[in-house]
Formats: sequence, C-alpha cells, structure tokens
Amino acid sequence: MMAFLKLLARNRLAAFGGLLLLALVALALVTPLLPLLEPNATNPANRLQSPLSEGHWLGTDQLGRDILSRLLWGLRVSLAVGIAASLVAAFIGSLIGLVSGYFGGRTDNVLMRGIDMLMAFPYILLALAIVAVLGPGLMNALYAIAIVNIPFFARNIRGATVSIAHREFVDAARLSGKGDLRILVSEILPNVLPVIVITLSTTVGWMILETAGLSFLGLGAQPPQADLGSMLGEGRRMIINAPHVATLPGIAIFLLVMSINLLGDGVRDALDPRLKSGALSRPAPQTRLRRRHHNRVDDDAKTSGQTPALLEVDGLHTDFEVGRDTYRAVNGVSFALKPNECLGLVGESGSGKSVTALSLLGLVASPPGVISGGRVEFEGRDLLDLGIRELRKVRGNQVAYVFQDPLSTLHPLIKVGEQLVEALRTHQPLSRQAAHERAVALLGQVRIPNPERRAGQYPHELSGGMRQRVGIAMALANDPQLIIADEPTTALDVTVQAQILALLKRLREEQGTAVLFITHDFGVVSQICDRVAVMYAGRIVEVGPTRELLENPRHPYTRRLIDCVPRLGDPDHEPAAIPGLPPAANALPPGCAFAERCDLAEPHCREGEIALIASDAERQVRCIKPLANRTTTGAAHA
Amino acid sequence: MHLYVLRRLLMTVPVLLGLTVIVFLIMSLIPGDPALAILGSYATPENLARLRANLGLDLSLPQQYWVWLTNILQGDFGRSYHLNRPVLDEVLERFGATLILAGTSLVLCVVIGVVAGIVSAVRQYGWADRIITLLVLIGISVPAFWLGMLMILLFAVELRWFPVSGMYSIYGGGDLPDLLRHLVLPAIALAVVAAGVIARLTRSNMLEVLRQDYIRTARAKGLDEKRVILGHAFKVALVNLIPVIGVQAGFVIGGAVYIETVFQWPGIGRMLVSAISTRDILLVQGGVLVVAASYVLFNLCADLLQYWLDPRIKA
Repeated sequence: MMAFLKLLARNRLAAFGGLLLLALVALALVTPLLPLLEPNATNPANRLQSPLSEGHWLGTDQLGRDILSRLLWGLRVSLAVGIAASLVAAFIGSLIGLVSGYFGGRTDNVLMRGIDMLMAFPYILLALAIVAVLGPGLMNALYAIAIVNIPFFARNIRGATVSIAHREFVDAARLSGKGDLRILVSEILPNVLPVIVITLSTTVGWMILETAGLSFLGLGAQPPQADLGSMLGEGRRMIINAPHVATLPGIAIFLLVMSINLLGDGVRDALDPRLKSGALSRPAPQTRLRRRHHNRVDDDAKTSGQTPALLEVDGLHTDFEVGRDTYRAVNGVSFALKPNECLGLVGESGSGKSVTALSLLGLVASPPGVISGGRVEFEGRDLLDLGIRELRKVRGNQVAYVFQDPLSTLHPLIKVGEQLVEALRTHQPLSRQAAHERAVALLGQVRIPNPERRAGQYPHELSGGMRQRVGIAMALANDPQLIIADEPTTALDVTVQAQILALLKRLREEQGTAVLFITHDFGVVSQICDRVAVMYAGRIVEVGPTRELLENPRHPYTRRLIDCVPRLGDPDHEPAAIPGLPPAANALPPGCAFAERCDLAEPHCREGEIALIASDAERQVRCIKPLANRTTTGAAHA
Repeated sequence: MHLYVLRRLLMTVPVLLGLTVIVFLIMSLIPGDPALAILGSYATPENLARLRANLGLDLSLPQQYWVWLTNILQGDFGRSYHLNRPVLDEVLERFGATLILAGTSLVLCVVIGVVAGIVSAVRQYGWADRIITLLVLIGISVPAFWLGMLMILLFAVELRWFPVSGMYSIYGGGDLPDLLRHLVLPAIALAVVAAGVIARLTRSNMLEVLRQDYIRTARAKGLDEKRVILGHAFKVALVNLIPVIGVQAGFVIGGAVYIETVFQWPGIGRMLVSAISTRDILLVQGGVLVVAASYVLFNLCADLLQYWLDPRIKA
C-alpha cells in the first residue's frame, strides 16, 4: 500500500490531479459551513449580474441567484451522484464478474450474454431509455448511469477472476473444505481488487460527465434542486447575453473530471506492473552511441593472417541503462572475421552474444541499450559512426541478419513473398514484377517446395522450418558479404535443425558469404564454424579454430561448457552442470568473471583485469592459468 | 474460411432479437396505464377497455411482444401520439440527420486520433508527445455539451465564421455548402472526446507494436522509418484499433444527443430527449431500437473489416 502511494506520488501529474480532487472534495464537504448566500434565493431585480459584481463574486443567474453559492452546492450534488453511481456500478458489476468468472459454465454464459446485450446499445442511449422509463429525476439518472456502466466492471472483473480461479491457492482453499462464498471473499476478491480499483478510477470521470449530461438535457436534477449539469443546461438559453452563467459550471465539471482522470491514470500506471518497468518505451531506429572511456584490457586482437579482415570488432561495449543501474552486457569484445569465414560466437544465455550481434548494426533496443565504446570496422568504415541513412544502406544489403524465432520476427500480416520483395526493392532498383520473380527464385534456393504458392502465404501458414527458410532467403536477398545468424536453429526441432544447418553450409559454399554464427550449442558449432569465440559475462574468454578448441579447451569455462553437452553413444559420460550462476551484469567482480564458479581459481584470479593472451599462433585465452592439452589434464596444476 | 463470416452473421440475429426484447421490456415496465394517459381521466370505463383492446394491452406479455415484433418487422412502429405521424417516418427522417453528423464526426475523430496517436508514439517523451498528451487529457475530460457552447460563442457569435445552430439556413439554404457550414462546429464538438480516446489507444498500441521482433526485422532489412512505422507497425496497430473504433462509434452516436441539443440539430438524439419529456413512448421505443440496431450492424461491419485485414483470424 505504501509502495503504491509512493509510486503515485512520484507521478507528478497524478499527484497534481489527486491534490486538485482533494481540494474540490474538501470544498464540497465544507460548503454548508461557508458564509454563502442561499443558493435558491431568487432576486429578480439583481438578475444576470456579471462576475466580480458587488456581493456576488461570480455574478448571478437569470433569477438573480448567487452563482458561487449554487456552484458549490451543485458541486456537492454532482460529486455525490457521480460517486454513488460509480459505487453502485462497481458493486453490481464486480459481483456479476466474480460469480461469472468463478463458477463458469452455464452461469457464466447466461450472465455474459446479458452483459453483451447491454453493451450492444450505444452507451448513452441505454441511459436515455432507462430514464424514459423511470422518468426524469436525479436519482433516476443515477440509476441509469450506474446500469450502463455495469458491463465495464463485469467484463474486467470476470477476466481477472477467470485467470486466478484455477490457480493453486484457490484449489488448495477448495480442498481444505472452504465454501464458495468464503473462497470468493477471502481468496479471489483480494486478488481482483486492483482490477476493480483500476476500472473504478477510469470510469468515475465518465460517470460524473454522463450524469451531468443527463441533467443538462433536463432529465436529471429537477428544479429547484441543481447540480452542475442542470446549471449548465439552464445557462445555455442565455449563452449569448450572459455567457458566464453556463461557462462557470462547465469549468467546474471540467476541473473535476480532469482531476479524476489524472489521478486515475496515475493509479492505473502504479497498479499495472507492465508499465512500472518502463517497458513501453519505443526503441529508436538506431542504438544510441555514447562513447565513454574504457580501460583497454586486451592488446590488439586482430587476426594475423594475410587476408585483410572483412569485419573487425574492437573493444565493443554495450550497456543497458535501467533506472540507475548500468548492465554491462557487452564488455570490451574484439574479434575479426575474414571474407568467406564462419566464426561461431558461443556462450550461455545472458553471456552477451546476441547483444554483440545486434550491436554491430545498431539494432539493440534503445532505450535501454547504449553502445558506450569500441569500433565496428566493416570494409574500412566504422559502422558505429555511420548516420542512420548510411547505416540503412548497409543493413540487409551488405550485412544481413537471420533471427532466432521466425514466427515473431516475420511480419504477421504481410505475405512472405511481399516481405522478400520489400527487402529486395529497398536496396535494388527492381520493378515489382522482377522483384517478385526474384523472391520466388530465392524461396526455391532455400529449398522451399512450390515457392510460387508459398510466396502468397502468410507466416502463420508455414511450418517453423519453412519460416526459418524464409528468414534465410530474406537475408540472402541482396547477396550480402556477411550474414549474422542469431541462433537460427534454436527454435526448431532437431531434424529441421539439421536441414537448416545443411542449407546454411551449402549456401556458404556456393555464395562465399562470411557468417557470424551465434549459438549456445557446440554440436552446431562443430558442424559449420571455422573458428569459435567463447563468451562469458560480456567478454570473449577464448578464441581458436573449432577443432582444436573443442578438443583442447584452454579456458576452464570452455571446458566446463563442453562437458555439459551430453554425448550420444557414450553412456559413461556424465554431463556435468556448472555450479553457480554467472555474475550479475550490473555488478561484475574484479578479475576473472568466472572465478566464483571455477574449481581451479586462485587468489590472483580475483585481482585486476585479465587480458586475452595468445597461447599460440591461432589461439587466445583469457586465463592466467590456462589448461594444458587434454591428454595431460591436471599436469599444469599439479 | 467463409465459416467465420457466416458465424458472425448468424450471431447478429440473436443480438438483434435481444435488443427488441430489452426495448420492449423497458417500455412495458413503464408504470401507469397508457390508455388512461391517452384518453385522460374523464374517459368512460367502456372507452378505456376498447382502447386497451385496440392497443393489445389485454394480452399477456409474451403475446404483446409477439404482436409488437411482427408489427415492427413489417415496418409498423406505431404512431407518435404527440406528433400524430407514423413513428418510423419520423425516426428515419431524424436518423438521417444524425447519420450525417455522427458519420462526419466519426471520420474526424478517427483521422485526428490516429494521426495524433502515431505522432505521439513516434515522438515519445518529446514535445509533440507532451502537447498531444495534454490535449488528449483535456479532450477526454471536457463536457462535450459545454465545449459546443463555447464554440458557438467564439466561432459563431464573436467571429461569425459559422452559423450558430441548425442544419440548414432558413432562407436560401438547403444546398451542400450550406449543410457543410452548419456541420463544422457540431461535428468537431462531437469528435473531441472520441478523438482523445482513439489517440490514447493508438499511442499505446503503436508503442506496444514497435517493441515487437518483426519491427527489428524490418529495420534489419534497411527499411526507412516511414516504412517501418506506417507500413509495418501501423498495419498491426490498425487491426487492433478496429474494435476500439467500433466502441467509439457508440460513444459518438450517444454523444450526438448532447450536441444535437446544443446546436439545435434536427437529429434523433434531440427527438429522443423531447419524446422523453412529452412521454411519447412509442417514439422513444422506435428511436432507441433503430439506433441500437444500426449500431449492432456497424459493429458487424467493423468485425468483418478486421477479418478481412487480419489473415490470422481465417486460420
């Protein structure tokens, strides 16, 4: 409760609304105590006085009645009626929702069909019909507004109830012999209360507006009784000669409803956990770049081959800034990729491999992502320094992505052929017709049977493997020099996985495309990659040619990671989980990030920065006591 | 594939029947004897009995409903005893005027709301977003009938840009430009609240969609932001917004009651208000039924439009 109030107070607009509402309510409460003129005392000699005239701060109306006094008394009535209508609607609506959601079945069906019927009427029209039956009058207007608002409560509360009616704690209460009534009151009601409060806070404003509206039409408060709406209605007839008579009650209604809406929005934000985390931020077209100084830990990690590198990543840092915390997802990553080479980037989830991949073309969602340092040289240009216009010419053209889950990464409402055409036409001057033919050819190239027909289908009409083939076809569309494949086989089952790998392998041989292959699966790595880089806690801990690295891992982490993989046909091999968890990315320890989980750790391991050191011509490892070759395991540490 | 359309069409029938039941029940709940109300307190018992039989009041409730329903289905909504003309004629004439007003308003609020919502989402936390958020807050808090009066005061009385009220000028009017001049103020006043609601929901919907993986894919393809936002993100947001627009149409039709009163627009809302005051029950009954039924049909169209735009429903 305190946390809720704190959150509410931090929202400045909501706090303003709350204070304004409090002031209006307080004013309404003390009205009988104030030295006001009698609100209904007429004085025809003094009619239609303008505001600030003697004895009448806000002037008088057509019967010479004091407007200030009438306004405050009217505010009292409007508030009372609005709140009463809300409470009636909330009570009956919640009751229907609870019963309907808890009992389900026929009860639910009958009640909800009834609610649907009420909602089939345009909102105010139903209120009018009810007033037509009951006759004009303030109480009748109250009932009418309450009734037409019942469906909102019933629906919301039913939804919330259904979602918890079969949870464990409810079942437990049922098994312990509690009756339905007790379960509803003691188990379910407390859990749906936030939904009731949210619905109430978003509907009170309407209800006050609508009751005022009925009074305005002459169907609510009847003279001499007056609420703000009926004052407005009476003032309408002299809007031209004495505009203040209608304007002032309008301002009062407006302030009242606005304060409630502001507060209501604040209440909703404070109670809706999804908004609390600030998750509803719009990602910018390009990850924000804010270079900061980072200590260089590693010496030049370039490959020493004769062929110049196609891609050179140097000291890349990517952070996530959430609130006051900075999570260092990528913490100084350097690697190079030659044309036609396939480099595997391997690590557990959360090791920073996907963020590294997305950082290269500025695709990390921002906020909260920030690239805080490093260079990404591609064909001699630093991609991080490119403006969005230049970067777009690289995206999908020279460098293309294949993403993990093709169901969520392909647009659900665009035919797959269209999505390919779009990729083609963004970078090539093709006619629609030519692009379509090329798209169909691409689908054929990734071995999709009957490509002409498939091109006209939507992603949800294809199988998972087919969709990933579409994803690959889209990456190939503009003959890229580099494909970044971010766990392209993870979401697929094993046989499909093998097909996709074979496809990627074949395409690589045919097209000579370089591939950065991100995965957590060493089995996949051994099939497709020339070299492997192992990542842990945002850093590369070991790099080397695939075969050598898999046979003789030098970093204890790499070794443990390989040992985790179960081996087919080797029942004696017991897959060994790595104890402990990776360090939190907002509180990385000094020294080796793996030291806490490493059984070979020494005091030295927890001091200073540990560099990536070349252990031979092609291999580098970030460990002060790297493992020796497997045949002599343990000797180095003996 | 067409099964959905068929099912949705069939679902409309019980809803429409339900409407007639509710309207019939509400009206038959009215206390007092209609025959007495018509003939006055000096009527002889014989005359009262004859009129009751004429009106079908001596039948049981279900029998009355059946007679009433069959009459309605033949277009006989009875006679308005206040206006002394067939209810249906009056209702249709007035409903036409309301459709012009509410239809214009609906188009306005959708266009304004959607554009404002997109701008607000794209410039999240920027100045445009703040200004739009403030306007939306004002829009959904302001009483439409009061706003209408202020507009009359400013644009019709002070500036004399538009006529004060009515649908056509009394002298020399009656053509389309005349109608449009009369339409501007009430249509805007009626659109404000719904535009605010639609802007709000468009903004949150766009923000939700812009975080999806397929938007990242669109950017990874090298599409420019215009295509990403309008071609990819809005496509999905629009499908989500169609039911919202359906609901808002109900609010616009309902809000027309106030706006027609303020602007003396000869629509069905004003007719209903005066019919309630004069207790012209058959007129209220006919008016409510026609408006509610057309609202049901409008929502049917919205659902079919959504079905047409979203291939996933077909699956």
